[in-house]
Amino acid sequence: MTKIIPVSKAASVNPLKSSQPLGAAFAYLGVAGAVPLFHGSQGCTSFALVLFVRHFKETIPLQTTAMDEVATVLGGADHLEEAILNLKARAKPAFIGVATTALVETRGEDFPGDLAAIRERRAADLDGTEIALAQTPDFDGAIEEGWSKAVVAMIDAIAGREPRVRRNPRRVNILPGSHLTVADVEHIRALVEAFGLEPVVFPDISGALDGTVPPRWIPTTYGGTSVDDIRSLGDAALTIAIGEQMRAPAERIQALTGVEYALFRQLYGLKAVDRFVTLLTELSGQSAPASVRRRRAQLQDALLDGHFHYSGKKIAIAAEPDLLYGLATFFVGMGAEIHAAVTTSGHSKALQHVPCEAVKVGDLGDFEAMAEGADLLVTHSHGRQASEQLGIPLMRVGFPIFDRLGSQHRLRVGYEGARNLIFEAANIFEGARSEVTPDSLNPFLNRETSHDRRQASANRQH
Amino acid sequence: MSSQARVQTLFQEPACDLNQAKGENARKKGCSKPLTPGAAAGGCAFDGAKIVLQPVTDVAHLIHGPLACEGNSWDNRGAASSGPGLWRTSFTTDLTELDVVMGQGEKKLFKAIREIIEAHAPPAVFVYATCVTAMIGDDLDAVCFRASERFGTPVVPVHAPGFVGSKNLGNKLAGEALLDHVIGSHEPDDVGPMDVNILGEFNLAGEFWMVKPLLEKLGMRVRACVPGDARYLDIAAAHTARANMMVCSTALINLARKMEERWGIPYFEGSFYGVSDTSDALRQLATLLVREGAEKSLLDRTELLIAGEEARVWARLEPYRKRLAGKRVLLNTGGVKSWSVVAALQEIGIEIVGTSTKKSTDEDKERIKALLKDEKHAFDAMAPRDLYAMLAGGKADIMLSGGRTQFIALKAKTPWLDINQERHHPYAGYDGMVELVRQIDLALHNPIWADVRAPAPWDIPAAGKVAVRDGDADFVAASRKKFAATVADDMGEC
Repeated sequence: MTKIIPVSKAASVNPLKSSQPLGAAFAYLGVAGAVPLFHGSQGCTSFALVLFVRHFKETIPLQTTAMDEVATVLGGADHLEEAILNLKARAKPAFIGVATTALVETRGEDFPGDLAAIRERRAADLDGTEIALAQTPDFDGAIEEGWSKAVVAMIDAIAGREPRVRRNPRRVNILPGSHLTVADVEHIRALVEAFGLEPVVFPDISGALDGTVPPRWIPTTYGGTSVDDIRSLGDAALTIAIGEQMRAPAERIQALTGVEYALFRQLYGLKAVDRFVTLLTELSGQSAPASVRRRRAQLQDALLDGHFHYSGKKIAIAAEPDLLYGLATFFVGMGAEIHAAVTTSGHSKALQHVPCEAVKVGDLGDFEAMAEGADLLVTHSHGRQASEQLGIPLMRVGFPIFDRLGSQHRLRVGYEGARNLIFEAANIFEGARSEVTPDSLNPFLNRETSHDRRQASANRQH
Repeated sequence: MSSQARVQTLFQEPACDLNQAKGENARKKGCSKPLTPGAAAGGCAFDGAKIVLQPVTDVAHLIHGPLACEGNSWDNRGAASSGPGLWRTSFTTDLTELDVVMGQGEKKLFKAIREIIEAHAPPAVFVYATCVTAMIGDDLDAVCFRASERFGTPVVPVHAPGFVGSKNLGNKLAGEALLDHVIGSHEPDDVGPMDVNILGEFNLAGEFWMVKPLLEKLGMRVRACVPGDARYLDIAAAHTARANMMVCSTALINLARKMEERWGIPYFEGSFYGVSDTSDALRQLATLLVREGAEKSLLDRTELLIAGEEARVWARLEPYRKRLAGKRVLLNTGGVKSWSVVAALQEIGIEIVGTSTKKSTDEDKERIKALLKDEKHAFDAMAPRDLYAMLAGGKADIMLSGGRTQFIALKAKTPWLDINQERHHPYAGYDGMVELVRQIDLALHNPIWADVRAPAPWDIPAAGKVAVRDGDADFVAASRKKFAATVADDMGEC
């Protein structure tokens, strides 16, 4: 079992994490006609909004209860009510997703109770708008935890109010983790549909965050899982959860409606996708279509062509648990080794399975110190400082990616995604190759520094 | 001073021209309008304080609070440094639930300061309060005071937790922190009669480097540019300058006025955006310096430089006149930038069809009115929906604004140019004006606009017939061949 090393210092240097409420808002953005609402000071919203915009390059509907000093002292229920009513009047959303922040959680109020009272008192005003509330203080967790809690909150608020159970044998609930891109989600949906099944993806960030140009101004999300589809989650034959973070939501659906679930810790690489396709075959009673077979054959070839570039490479990864686990498994499966693994929080069960000795719960400062001597850094855009300092190339994954375009359209899951992933990292290795010199190969030189990774890796190429 | 008292004195700032127009009672009420929950936009006071102080390049900036305040916002502004890079490293105490519940915030903060000083040996550490640490009552002043003593490095507390108010209030609170703890704490040995400070200049995209050589050519020395590309000791010695230029007056007016009060440094408000404003700024700096004892010849040398530079800049703008005359620009930005570029844009024939005056002072508004043909073109603030409607309706050819409204323009398929903090192009000084006009030209004339506005040619409902242009015939033939002998089912899921 992988050892998990907790945080030991007082000053976090270059955070790896984004905050938990941001993760919750992210999940709410995967619902059609939604507006996420942070219960906190206006800055909490402003920072998250700007970060979303930098990553997705999209308009992001995100609002705030605008807690000020007085409300912080006297209590924030009035602000919550006013915000919900204002949002309802101005944007007419089908769904409002509330995420609490550290500010209001430190003060500590009965938020679910407040919300229930508001809904009762204002039933007429709020007719036609569903509301969920997730308790996501910034001082705990990160995106994964916020995302997972928000999905559970939506299941409770919408699917759980009058649980519906009308089994449709072709219907499948797909619960993607926060680490999947728009392209990943679209691909999974198409793959499931190729077997004649009817997937409901929840949350579905592919509708609103995929960079389209709507024909008019829309103040809410303009795509994503419909509220009706959430209400009828209990109709499915099976729930497929992708990522350990989606275990809790899948279990909640099961508890409320009896729909069982299958959990895929990751979908990167041949073996994992084979398992996924096998499940689809069994569920649908259909054999894999020609296009899927073709993609698998292409992946086999990519494995053959690509593995030269990975053998013996040292990879340093800093990512949230599910993404870390998935990518580490992929790289090790290609013949590379995990030189450093840093993650955001120590709770996830996925961490115990990361194929390396130890995972450090920490920040990009830890990452920079541990990654020295690696061949490749794998983390989000903030890793660019470590990359500059260490002179090691950076592969950008996760959130936020603000200095490269199109991160939401990077497909990494499925046979096709695995093929992309192989080429993506291999091309970075190719681009960073250093030429050998007489000195670098001279057996009498560099004896003191026989561990110099740069020279050794140059020697190992071909 | 308690943070409430500090906020109160800022609300009553006598040099603020919004305040000058108010009666005593109105002044006491302060200037923070209550926010509307569910319909608010913009950053908090902490955001504002960090914006003002973080460009100080050699200081370690430590945010005392839970993760979001720093984790969601670091390394996100385009200020440039000519040397140290420590300001880009993010430090936060990243408080956990346990820290909050057990009241370990102060201890963790002290330890964090020690870790940073041991690892980086910065000339100073700036420590920022946040909502949560202010609420649980961590005594920032005491911890900072003790850490300064213990480690022999200045540790400066910045009291601008998010919930005290707006971004603008945070700007000013940051100025107070500099006044209370930094300015005047270092006596340089090279004080001279030509020393100036530039206040409220952020050196975005390095644009102050387009202006600094002009000042140096006149023999002036920039003692401190606050905060753009600043070093801690330069700011600590800023009290020795002979003149202050206040660039972004809405942000740091309290700093300029109190420096005059405490150290007798005269100041003026000016701007480096636009041709005539840049010239005015040089003139005023020279005038103040001469009044404070610099050689009189400075005035003549300044006029000579201005004449040469203005002739050069207008010659360089001339080629754009033909390309841009009659183009309609919508300016959606705050404060100074609105009017200071308007004059220059109009000079080359660009029409201003609207400008926001949300952050502008009354004086700004008067100038805008004088410049605009139609008074109605000045608006206070526009809702996203209205802005979208205006742009989608073709009422402007381009919008100049900050990143926040970027996608309103783009989704309305309208050219857009960033003129706020995240931009990549420097617009200050004479060369900066040429760059701004060049960027407007490039944005307006990009070939994508025609393509992106045209509907898909196969989607025209004209009597079931698809219009094929000449050049496309080959493509259609090729695609027919490709799909020959296939039925839809064969194509699978791709």
